[in-house]
Amino acid sequence: MDIHEYQAKEILSGYGVKIAEGGMAYSPEDAVQRSREIGGNVWAVKAQIHSGARGKAGGIKICKSDREVEAAAEALLGKRLVTHQTGPAGKVCSRLYVEAGTDIAKELYFCFLVDRGSERIVMVGSAQGGMEIEELAETNPEAITKIYIEPAVGLQDYQAREMAFALGMDAAMLSHAVKTIKGCYRALRDLDANMLEINPLVITGSGELLALDAKMGFDDNALFRQPKVAELRDKTQEDAREMAAADRGLSYVGLDGDIGCMINGAGLAMATMDMIKLAGGEPANFLDVGGGASAERTEKAFRLVLADENVKAMLVNIFAGINRCDWIAEGVVEAVKKIDMKIPLIVRLSGTNVEEGRRIIAESGLPIITAETLAEAAEKAVQARNEAVAKAG
Amino acid sequence: MAILINENTRIIVQGFTGKIGSFHAQDMINYGSNVVGGITPGKGGQTHLGLPVFNTVKESVQKAGAEASIIFVPPAFAADSIMEAADAGIKYCVAITDGIPTQDMMKVKNFLRRFPKEERMVLTGPNCAGTISPGRAMLGIMPGHIYMKGNVGIVGRSGTLGYEAADQMKRLGIGVSTSVGIGGDPINGSSHRDILERFEQDPETKVVVMIGEIGGPQEVEAGLFAKEHMSKPVVAYIAGLTAPEGRRMGHAGAIISSIGESAAEKVAMLKELGVTICPTPSAMGETVASVLAKL
Repeated sequence: MDIHEYQAKEILSGYGVKIAEGGMAYSPEDAVQRSREIGGNVWAVKAQIHSGARGKAGGIKICKSDREVEAAAEALLGKRLVTHQTGPAGKVCSRLYVEAGTDIAKELYFCFLVDRGSERIVMVGSAQGGMEIEELAETNPEAITKIYIEPAVGLQDYQAREMAFALGMDAAMLSHAVKTIKGCYRALRDLDANMLEINPLVITGSGELLALDAKMGFDDNALFRQPKVAELRDKTQEDAREMAAADRGLSYVGLDGDIGCMINGAGLAMATMDMIKLAGGEPANFLDVGGGASAERTEKAFRLVLADENVKAMLVNIFAGINRCDWIAEGVVEAVKKIDMKIPLIVRLSGTNVEEGRRIIAESGLPIITAETLAEAAEKAVQARNEAVAKAG
Repeated sequence: MAILINENTRIIVQGFTGKIGSFHAQDMINYGSNVVGGITPGKGGQTHLGLPVFNTVKESVQKAGAEASIIFVPPAFAADSIMEAADAGIKYCVAITDGIPTQDMMKVKNFLRRFPKEERMVLTGPNCAGTISPGRAMLGIMPGHIYMKGNVGIVGRSGTLGYEAADQMKRLGIGVSTSVGIGGDPINGSSHRDILERFEQDPETKVVVMIGEIGGPQEVEAGLFAKEHMSKPVVAYIAGLTAPEGRRMGHAGAIISSIGESAAEKVAMLKELGVTICPTPSAMGETVASVLAKL
């Protein structure tokens, strides 16, 4: 789960990390009010969306007067910002963060993340900030310092010092830098975050270390014990269909194709989507209905897939283990009748009680196309989709 | 031989008396697994499914000679159960539980490393379907009847895609020595590489099928191991060619977050390392058959 910059900053501030003075705005009037409260003569008006690279997308505006603050807020509120992280649909901006302008002497890069290779938290930093870490890793990998943290004892002072020196801190700034680094680590550990990025971390003209941006991502598996983090969820930043699916206990990811999918198991779902692509089609979604696919769950899954207006044909692929093909078949038949499905449906069943399942489908009298193998299912789905598109002209 | 479990392996079930634990314990018993009891703290001394219930794993090791365990404990308490098993001297543990926090798994892995290698418990999962040595023992939640006994090893992240592979092989008359689910989480007990190492040492296994997916470095690490240390051929399929970057595809670990984590990149690297790639997920059986034919 991701949160907004302002939320991450509020958290980090509580852990002793210095941030610029700022406040939230939901309207241009709010924004002007915030800038007046903050004082000074330069402000940054920042779109709050769940994505990095907001600057390049025009989501951060530097303003030098009330009028500029107002104009920036007007331009950003309600706008969809498209970055390379949001996908082509972009993300809508409904909140702004107005912040005091910062006198930047130097920009640094700093983050913590879960390293799957070493199975530890790794702390990554570079004195060359201001660009994305992937870019830096390609152009100048020597400029990046990585320090791995032993899970039993956590981040040690010497490690924080090592990072501070790698970031180019001098003796005068050392203790503040160590405090900042350790504060970030404690926030990550205490709140079950799996990513915390400050890009840039800046040294100000007056020699202070300040988090100019902040991004945090949290472990979905740990939200049950982090109720305060769970409250920070902003549903406007997430795909409405994915949220609806999650509420129903289904795992769904919307994609750009037009062949809808309902499959049990994440791996089989990905493989089925691959098979559709190899057969010349494009999947409309990833959908794992999970192990206990009851009739009720099947109907919910059907409704979810069919809510996507792009879907021209639907493929159901179930490998029944604990489940039974006859139960699945009954659920499918019931769902098709209830929903009054208009597009072609291809069903492939395999595993426990497969003969019985196939019989139920065959005897239902419904125009369901059946397939025995994964390849046949994908080919028939693509064919049905092509015919449906041709018929529609 | 097979790996990790056989008909003699003395099995206990952690989370024995719960609904899910009971169901799968009965299923394993029906398959012929040597289940010797289970753990539910506070219910020690009772009998469940005709078997003794113990309060602690240690007690089950002392009184019933438990060697392997399977965990059906809810996510919040699962890490603790894994560590309890390791500390009690269990040799092999399968964690079925889906949804264990990442930081908990980092602690578990760190905890396991404290034991000297020869005493260290082997963990597979979490978030997996378990392990089966067909015709001998099942320590998992898979449909046992789809597996035929034979000499191909399977290691994979996904449950149902593993069933698909076993089913395709069975249709061609090809059987399985052992099938191991390593689970869909970002931090897991054993990696693809760890399991390949065991299959290499198993005289009964002739070929290994590795079923990977997007996210993380494990498939390529396994490919490197196969190239440098294995005499047996490895066949691989990597799921998720159509998966977009930065989106989690069901499994907590199935997300492309850095260079080398996409299916296309993994396939290219594995090919270079001499691994035979299944061109499509429906060709897993055929690809194994053609590799077996060349032996």
